[in-house]
Amino acid sequence: MALALASIVAMLVGGGVWLLLRPRSWSVVLGLTLLGYAVNLFILLSGRIGSRQPPLLLEGAGPIADPLPQALVLTAIVIGLGMTAFLVALALRGVASRGADADDADRIGEGPIDHHDAGDAE
Amino acid sequence: MMSFTLLFGLVILPFLASQLVGLAGRGSRRGAAVAAGMAMLGGLLILASLAPAVFAGEVLVASLPWLPEWGLDLSLRLDGLGLLIVLLIDGIGLLIVLYAYYYMDDDDKLGRFYLYLLAFAGGMVGLVLAENLLLMLLFWEITSLTSFLLVAYKFKDREARIAARMALGVTGAGGLALMAGLILLGQMAGSFALSDVLLAGDAVRADPRYPLMLVLVLLGAFTKSAQFPFHFWLPGAMAAPTPASAYLHSATMVKAGVFLLARLYPVLSGTEMWFYLVSGVGATTFLYGAFFALLRHDFKGLLAYSTISHLGLIVLLLGLSTPMAPVAAVFHIINHAVFKASLFMVAGIVDHEAGTRDMRRLSGLRRTMPRTTTLAVLAAGAMAGVPFLNGFLSKEMFFAETVGLPGALSWLMPVIATIGGVLAVGYSARFIADVFLGPPPTTLDRIPHEPPRFMRVPVEILVGIVVVVGLLPQLSVKPLLAIASTAVLGAPVPRLDLAIWHGFNLPLIMSIVALGGGLYYFWRRDVVFSIADRFGDGISSRVAFERFYNGLAIGSRALLAAVDAVSLRQNLALFLLFTLVLGLGAWWAAGGAVLGPLGVGAIDVATASAAAVMLAAVAGVVLLHRRRLVALVALSLAGIVMALLFVWAAAPDLALTQLSVEVASIILLLLMIRFLPSDAAAESGASARREAARRLPDAAIALGAGAGAGALVLAMLSRPFDTISAWHIANSVEGGGGTNIVNVILVDFRGFDTLGEVAVLGMAALGIQAMLGGLVLPGRPARGADGRALSPPVMLRMLVQPLLPLLLAAAVFIFLRGHNMPGGGFVAGLIVAVALVMQFVARGIAFAEARLRQDMTRVLGVGLAICLVTGLVPLAFEKPFLTSAHGYLAGVHLASAALFDLGIMIVVVASLVLALVSLGRLSQAGAR
Repeated sequence: MALALASIVAMLVGGGVWLLLRPRSWSVVLGLTLLGYAVNLFILLSGRIGSRQPPLLLEGAGPIADPLPQALVLTAIVIGLGMTAFLVALALRGVASRGADADDADRIGEGPIDHHDAGDAE
Repeated sequence: MMSFTLLFGLVILPFLASQLVGLAGRGSRRGAAVAAGMAMLGGLLILASLAPAVFAGEVLVASLPWLPEWGLDLSLRLDGLGLLIVLLIDGIGLLIVLYAYYYMDDDDKLGRFYLYLLAFAGGMVGLVLAENLLLMLLFWEITSLTSFLLVAYKFKDREARIAARMALGVTGAGGLALMAGLILLGQMAGSFALSDVLLAGDAVRADPRYPLMLVLVLLGAFTKSAQFPFHFWLPGAMAAPTPASAYLHSATMVKAGVFLLARLYPVLSGTEMWFYLVSGVGATTFLYGAFFALLRHDFKGLLAYSTISHLGLIVLLLGLSTPMAPVAAVFHIINHAVFKASLFMVAGIVDHEAGTRDMRRLSGLRRTMPRTTTLAVLAAGAMAGVPFLNGFLSKEMFFAETVGLPGALSWLMPVIATIGGVLAVGYSARFIADVFLGPPPTTLDRIPHEPPRFMRVPVEILVGIVVVVGLLPQLSVKPLLAIASTAVLGAPVPRLDLAIWHGFNLPLIMSIVALGGGLYYFWRRDVVFSIADRFGDGISSRVAFERFYNGLAIGSRALLAAVDAVSLRQNLALFLLFTLVLGLGAWWAAGGAVLGPLGVGAIDVATASAAAVMLAAVAGVVLLHRRRLVALVALSLAGIVMALLFVWAAAPDLALTQLSVEVASIILLLLMIRFLPSDAAAESGASARREAARRLPDAAIALGAGAGAGALVLAMLSRPFDTISAWHIANSVEGGGGTNIVNVILVDFRGFDTLGEVAVLGMAALGIQAMLGGLVLPGRPARGADGRALSPPVMLRMLVQPLLPLLLAAAVFIFLRGHNMPGGGFVAGLIVAVALVMQFVARGIAFAEARLRQDMTRVLGVGLAICLVTGLVPLAFEKPFLTSAHGYLAGVHLASAALFDLGIMIVVVASLVLALVSLGRLSQAGAR
């Protein structure tokens, strides 16, 4: 069980990082989504899992799963969606301001560096 | 209690007034000046009401706890030394306010000037009155900052900016050293309260950290008081308007360093190291400043170097550590402040009237400015140490203290003192002779005449003090000097005899030699000038600072360029690499074991098949990411596996959330694909080679990161674990009124976190709207195989319409059961949002927008407001923020947390709709 779960996290992180380092913003979005999966799973696993019941306080229920990591992950999933949306908007903004054919993540943030006070130093 | 209020009032008044003056200054110059003057006068009145107690020997202390665990209290103390310096600050401050009213041009922003000036005065008063070392540090920095603002007052002038930066750089660096020094001192003394520290002198001096602490504290004091080799910022600071120079850079701020030495004198002094460092630096500065003062052609520069020299004299006295030396130092602090401030004011008047500060152009002003000349001669006489003026008395005391030291010092110190006296007479004579004596000026643009009546009043008052103290020291200044010196020494003052005539003794001979020699030196000054011309003009440390500063700037820019290639990709790679190294290092340092006692456990079908499908999904995304639609399918497969894993892990809430998020994010990414330029074939040429070269390191990082994360999971799962959720489980029904513990945690136990999270979600949505608003992207119109534009498929349209009420009903159901069963506001919100967005997808954005009557930003606000109000209501019942209540109403179990959950749902709906509609509008813009 542990091995399989560890390999799932490993795959997600490895693939996510690889995509994060590709030059296109599209792949960065994909990579971040994969990384998000990995992190969510990791946090959930920190409460350990096994043959247990959902964390509902019902009559006659057996041992229940740890609710705290679940609560953490639930908001993390929603925030992750918000972040993905933000990133998509950022990437499209970049496409718009740099012309249609260069959605290169290498270029995010490129622009004239602020040499505001540089003249003073000389 | 009364003195408590008054003490704090003394510090707060200037700060308060500075804000008022800043406002008043917009309206009228006179209003600003009156308000500023009232603040200074108010300070003097408060001081007067406190003075009797201080003269009676009391030390007034007022204290408020601030950060007691750090040893930082808002505590103030007023003793003799504090009284003296605050008197100088507020007294001279009052005169400066009057003077500046006439000095500053009409188009200068007088209100701004007074604002800085008062803020400085407040910082200075706080510094002087601080009873806590850390508080003192705080005010110390305020004086540095306000001094910066005043030097840079004419910020359009490049020289002024450079000078201000230099002043801030030097005094700020000193302030950092001082901070370290004072913290050390506080640790050594066991308290940051000055009263305790002053009594801990023996323990401090015996501490092995004493040398380090002393050097750090001295660095702070010497930079502030412009001691060699940190003196160079002071002449530069003359770029400040002359009233500021007179106030900060002669009378008050530069005295802060000297004040610090005097304040800590009982703790720090009395060691050999103190003697050599302090008197050595003081003597060097004394001679250095006095020598270069004569060489300045700008008379403000002359006065600046003379100030450096006099500060050196005071430091030298404090270093000597003879019983009377600190008394002489305090006396000279008073005298120097008075005569130097008046000289700066005279300099300002001349500058104002003649339009130049160059002594080579000025001459013979006594003809047109007889009164100013008289005042200048008297003040300069005090500076030179002419009898019957105040400077003479403290200089005599100084000469007397240099006599009778042991060893080689017995002749060295008197010689240094006499040489310094000669030089002082020399530059004082030059100031008077070049500006006021001689033939009428020939190269001036206008004929200078006497300034407005009231511009001269401050000078007259100060020169009056010079004369009165010089003639009647016993009657005028003695009580003040006595209490201030008592505070410095921490013990009663030895017999204090401020007579002009002490008999024919060595100090008198030294004075006579200084006067005679100084006049001769002045007479032969051409020799000095020609020598100086050959050896440069003594600003080498200023140049060194500039080089150092520029070197730092260039170096940091080069470092930045080396590390930061302005590439997100490279930054990410560096960041990941660094994280990997840190993680590996920690793992290796901890022994390098991965598996814990529990082992990896058996392989089971569920997780093994999940891993297999996940492998396929991740491989699909990674390998086919260029084929966007295919990659998206693979990505959604991974998402489904995640949802199933959540189900398997007994987390139904997560599974529901994951599924609905999946739908929303796929729609989002589909919209993104539409606006991404069509993926060109793989890069060619150089960029392709660069790309290929990056594959190997990138793959290594990715593999390392994956392996590390996997190992972390193995390590975690193979170790035993104690849950920290017991409290949440036990209190879910009792306190939260729900059986779904996850939901109760979200909306109740950790409701504040959730509030923050939905706020972040809302901000992201607003950010998206702002980023995409008004953006036009050439989206690719959807075309079929035959090239015709495609409209949304009929099947989808037909399906989506009846789906809407069904989905909404499902959302209501999931929302309502959320508190007890899987579900809740987050999931319900996602479902509503998806239901709405699917309408846009199927019917087109125009159709949807026509029916979307609500402004989603407003809805977002309403949702957040509901959350906030639900949280705030308990405050009215004196319960903590977000305490929930639940109970039965007409047989139905209700919890106030459900209202909070409703707020969450509304925020989620509004955020997602806002984000997706913003993206959808792009397509509309593209279609037009």
